[in-house]
Amino acid sequence: MPATGFDDVWVVIPVYNEAAVFASVLADVTGTFGHVCVVDDCSTDGSAAIAQEFAGRGVRLVRHPFNLGQGAALQTGLEYVLGDPLMRRVITFDADGQHHVADAVAMVERLDASGATPAGPAGQASSRPGLDVVLGSRFLGGGKGEMGGAKRLVLKAAIAYTNLVVGMKLTDTHNGLRAMNRRAVAALHITQNGMAHATEILEQVKRANLAYVEHKVKISYSPYAKAKGQSLLNAINILVDLVLR
Amino acid sequence: MLIKVVLILAVAVVSLFMLRGHGARRQALRRLGLLAFAAVAVVSIIFPDLLTAVAQKINVGRGADLLLYVLIVVFFSYVASRYVRDRRADQRVTALARRLALSEAPPPRGALPAAGPEPQTGLAGGPTPEAP
Repeated sequence: MPATGFDDVWVVIPVYNEAAVFASVLADVTGTFGHVCVVDDCSTDGSAAIAQEFAGRGVRLVRHPFNLGQGAALQTGLEYVLGDPLMRRVITFDADGQHHVADAVAMVERLDASGATPAGPAGQASSRPGLDVVLGSRFLGGGKGEMGGAKRLVLKAAIAYTNLVVGMKLTDTHNGLRAMNRRAVAALHITQNGMAHATEILEQVKRANLAYVEHKVKISYSPYAKAKGQSLLNAINILVDLVLR
Repeated sequence: MLIKVVLILAVAVVSLFMLRGHGARRQALRRLGLLAFAAVAVVSIIFPDLLTAVAQKINVGRGADLLLYVLIVVFFSYVASRYVRDRRADQRVTALARRLALSEAPPPRGALPAAGPEPQTGLAGGPTPEAP
């Protein structure tokens, strides 16, 4: 287990059939973070077995009995890490290798880990100086996000729509890399099992009056991730899920 | 054309009705609607000309055409209500599956149960964590 100042940090990684890259992702993450919760959404390609191999390096495996979707897996992971009383900060991280641990480190260090007072009538939310949520953004500061024109167009449309629905002004609304403190984790209740959970999380961040900020992150679209990535058609599914709740 | 307005309104009302409101009130309304549907069906079987008369009143050629239009609306309402109900069922199943997954998971801190892949709190007959 790496000796770092991250003993209060949990990394939640939902995984579904990412065996091709998952071992290298876990090797990267466990090189920095000592507490990792992998939620296996009933993979059929041995992703869970890979996670099990990292048990000695702080990886805890939670397995869905059948496939429920990424939103559901995230919520399961969040509930699992809430079971650790020493948890103060959480990172959500994608299993397909598109995120970078260095970004996660920078994001988690921006969080306010002290203000996590679960109980107590003193609701002085406005006086807290720190951040509750740090959202990864591939477009912050004019980044192009390393993707093709068609996909970027769809993503930009989804971002515009989400900002409209949620009432925020974010540069990236569908990024799986997030950091949040315990307060934020406890405030989230993801019910969108599919991909629309990204929007739902933002809605709940807003509703719970959590202090949030975007953080510039690098996304690596390996040929593998490109082949797997959300198709254009999937954007339609996200829209329908959002409208027909 | 009158029928277009009527049908579009019906579709809109049904959609709103399916997405909003809940509980006993909606169930009662749905049952009333079903009852009315059955009554109209019986009446139109006994007096087929009545259907045609109504159809012509709202500028639809034949009674059979009106029947088709109404059927489309009813079918759409069924699909919409099915969708909403499926979503609720999904959420219940998700909650159940999540409890199962969490109860079988190892504790967040401390040593893992050494060699045994079987978690201590596992339910009998549950999936084993190791699947080689």
